[in-house]
Amino acid sequence: MIRVHSFESLGTYDGPGIRLVAFLQGCNFKCLYCANPDTIELKGGKETSIEEIVNMAKNQKPFFGKKGGITFSGGEPLVQAKELIPVVKALKEEGFHVCIDTNGSILNDYVKELMQYVDIVLMDVKHMNNEKHNKLVGKSNDRTLAFAQYLNEINKPVWLRYVLVPGYSDDQDDLHTLGKHFSTQNNIEKLEIQPYHHLGSHKYEHMGWKYELEGVPSNTQEQLNTAFNILKPYFKEIIIN
Amino acid sequence: MSKVKEMFATDLWNEQVNVRNFVQKNITPFEGDSSFLCGPTERTKKLWSICREAIKEEMDNNGVRSIDTEIVSTIASFEAGYIQKDLELIVGLQTDELLKRAMKPYGGIAVVEKACSEQGLEVSDRVKDIFRNYAKTHNDGVFDVYTDEIRKYRSLGFLTGLPDNYARGRIIGDYRRLALYGIDALIEAKKTDLAGLVGPMNDEKIRLREEVAEQIKALGQIKELGNTYGLDLSRPAESAQEAVQWVYMAYLAAVKEQDGAAMSLGNVSSFLDIYIQYDLENGTITEELAQEFIDQFVMKLRVVRHLRMNAYNEIFAGDPTWVTEAIGGKLMDGRHKITKTSFRFLQTLYNLGASPEPNMTVLWSQSLPENFKKFCSQVSIDTSSIQYENDDLMQDTRQSDDYGIACCVSFQEIGKQIQFFGARTNLAKTLLLAVNGGRCEMSGKTIVEGIPELSSDELNFDEVMANYKIAMKDVARVYNESMNIIHYMHDKYYYEKAQMALVDTNPAINLAYGIAGLSIVADSLSAIKHAKVKVVRNEQGLSTDFKIEGEFPCYGNDDDRVDNLAVQISSDFNQLLKELGTYKNAEPTMSILTITSNVVYGLKTGATPDGRAQGVAFAPGANPMHGRDKNGAIASLNSVAKLDYKNALDGISNTFSIIPKSLGADEDVRRENLVTMMDAYFSKEAHHLNVNVLNRELLEDAMENPGEYPQLTIRVSGYAVNFVRLTREQQMEVISRSFHSNM
Ligand code: SF4
Repeated sequence: MIRVHSFESLGTYDGPGIRLVAFLQGCNFKCLYCANPDTIELKGGKETSIEEIVNMAKNQKPFFGKKGGITFSGGEPLVQAKELIPVVKALKEEGFHVCIDTNGSILNDYVKELMQYVDIVLMDVKHMNNEKHNKLVGKSNDRTLAFAQYLNEINKPVWLRYVLVPGYSDDQDDLHTLGKHFSTQNNIEKLEIQPYHHLGSHKYEHMGWKYELEGVPSNTQEQLNTAFNILKPYFKEIIIN
Repeated sequence: MSKVKEMFATDLWNEQVNVRNFVQKNITPFEGDSSFLCGPTERTKKLWSICREAIKEEMDNNGVRSIDTEIVSTIASFEAGYIQKDLELIVGLQTDELLKRAMKPYGGIAVVEKACSEQGLEVSDRVKDIFRNYAKTHNDGVFDVYTDEIRKYRSLGFLTGLPDNYARGRIIGDYRRLALYGIDALIEAKKTDLAGLVGPMNDEKIRLREEVAEQIKALGQIKELGNTYGLDLSRPAESAQEAVQWVYMAYLAAVKEQDGAAMSLGNVSSFLDIYIQYDLENGTITEELAQEFIDQFVMKLRVVRHLRMNAYNEIFAGDPTWVTEAIGGKLMDGRHKITKTSFRFLQTLYNLGASPEPNMTVLWSQSLPENFKKFCSQVSIDTSSIQYENDDLMQDTRQSDDYGIACCVSFQEIGKQIQFFGARTNLAKTLLLAVNGGRCEMSGKTIVEGIPELSSDELNFDEVMANYKIAMKDVARVYNESMNIIHYMHDKYYYEKAQMALVDTNPAINLAYGIAGLSIVADSLSAIKHAKVKVVRNEQGLSTDFKIEGEFPCYGNDDDRVDNLAVQISSDFNQLLKELGTYKNAEPTMSILTITSNVVYGLKTGATPDGRAQGVAFAPGANPMHGRDKNGAIASLNSVAKLDYKNALDGISNTFSIIPKSLGADEDVRRENLVTMMDAYFSKEAHHLNVNVLNRELLEDAMENPGEYPQLTIRVSGYAVNFVRLTREQQMEVISRSFHSNM
């Protein structure tokens, strides 16, 4: 059983092709810009069986085409790494392509086992500057960087994702640091720049939380282009999502 | 015939009227991409700008530019009409003036009078005198024999949109026949048929002899219509331009004589391609000219108009004509039917801009060439003007590769088969009979006898189901009676002689019933089964509200517990209809389709056990209710795909709206994902999909600034409309629908 917050059956942004995205309940981070704050609370979610998930995937199989599959996102799916192992194993047995969308902060034996079965890891790097990372997330970035290192060692394909928050994570030096750091890792297949949006902000209000990024504007096209051009030389492929 | 014989590979089509054989022997399937296509010529642009101007005038003038109140429209009535004569390669208008509407009082004189008076005009005394005092109309006939019961069902909203005061439409003539054979040969063939109709003169034989005689007269009138425009239609078409022109003349005859709700064109593009291909190969035309023929043809189809009264807009919003053209599909021998002219038809959506008409319908098969699939996907993303229907499914089930789509979603083998349009019945309102002892929940009138009162206000699934079955059976019976009456009278007083002249003598007939409210029924039954539902009643004991405790699965989330209820109800009701005898032994079929009547059905239906409040619009067609499909677009498509086409052979309409971004981050990905989705949806034996790719904000802006969006097109239920032609209520309903967004 894994605890699921919700499903999106037409996922077009979380890995290759059309994907069934399972948003798992619970996250160990609390990012200021989190668009799904209702997935952060560690408790709750709908208990969902392996069979249910495999069946959903089977029903959707024709929609996956040649590239698509299932993505576990969240929240932070690796909070439930132990429970995910049999789920992902079962999906792989049925021949499905599986991605995990993670903040990369959890690396235990369960995660290591899970990584054997996963096809692509979508890894969110929130910030390269530890201090700023702390400010944005409430935690240090050393675990994420170590996780990335581990994935490089086991040669696991990674799509890196970086949310560009104006005034928070778009400093040009920081972007260069990001590029330099990962340009040495061969397993990074591409970088996805994720524009900042405040689409989730109404949820904060609903939950009685304060939205700390109140007043931060969405990125201008120019800001996106600048970041794109800075980061482009460091990666095999780069897109703005 | 001689010249044509030299032009094309000969076969059976030379010995009998058999267009399918001609297409099979001569078609050139095309695998390439869209790069060969041409833009609009200067002539096309000029003509279309005149049309656009006229359409604007029409919009500004309460939706009608002008009406001829003197002439009764027949095949050959009216002088020739032009947009601008010297620019037109394809000629012919319904009247002598662009967008001037004509009276067709054989459906009913009262409707014509009302439509005129709503525009501040009056029908001429002569016409009034004839149709009030001497000629009998379809409408007169039907109301002479309607039973009290039918009248009650009709006025309370159990049966809606019945074609009893306007033409039934839906019949598709094989308009290609005129081009391939010419009038003289077609008259000869019909005369031979007539001569063969001998033997004991029973009702059936006498009726058929009269029908064929009428058809022969109609063919003569089509020839006259041609003469008005200086065209010699007595012989076959001998060039691409003539082929397009001849086909259009045949269609024009149909829309001059009839004002059916839906007057489909058929599947003419693969046929016309053969002539275009011949002329291109012989160097007599260029690609630019070929496109111009199609652009001008399509332009003519876009300005087809019928005279309607305002109330008509409630069920068929936006002044639709359903000039449905079915494009593509494959042949029984395994080849596909994509030709360059399939592309050229879709290209008109760029050359002339987006448009609801003609109702472009792509017959989708898994085996269509990738290039064509990609092009369709791109056109959908750019214009939201295409609907898709599952050719693999229809061909397997109906065993034909030469069919068109009548109206929105209905299969019709061209020239071999016709259908009787049956509008639809309200299955959600019927469900309320089951909880109200057979009484209408709004009027309190008894509709169905023999339904026991419920033992408790806390609804019990088995008890409600048992009552519902009784109610459905009676509704089916009354519905069937009304259909038999309507089609008997339509044949008698408003027979489609022009169209039937282009169809085989004594064709197969489908009686096309329809249902509305399926998703509400499924969710209601699911609520009763999986949650606790309590009825709230007024002093008369009629249900006014339902209190629901607990959760229940909703249709649209790929959940078998509720989806199977939808499957079962559609099968049960279809079965009930099948057991009833029909006029002319038509074979009963059923659609799950609402057109835009889902709004008016909502108004006429009280609160339902799924928690829907009184008056709230139904979901269109077979769609899940707005906002209840919580797991995203694919789960929603999966639910609809479970409905069995065999139980709804007249078609299962699903309208799908998605914001562009949700299809993917960039153009290529979006195009590719839409192709994958369509392949996947249809691989699950789903029947139909309307595809809208647009942002809600765009529609909201169009509501506020209609003038800036004259051509904004949106697919509704099996057809497309100019968004700005909808009423505000209908616009709000469209906007409130699920726009799939994964952001
Ligand atoms: S890691 Fe992701 S889910 Fe967790 S708080 Fe940050 S943005 Fe939200």
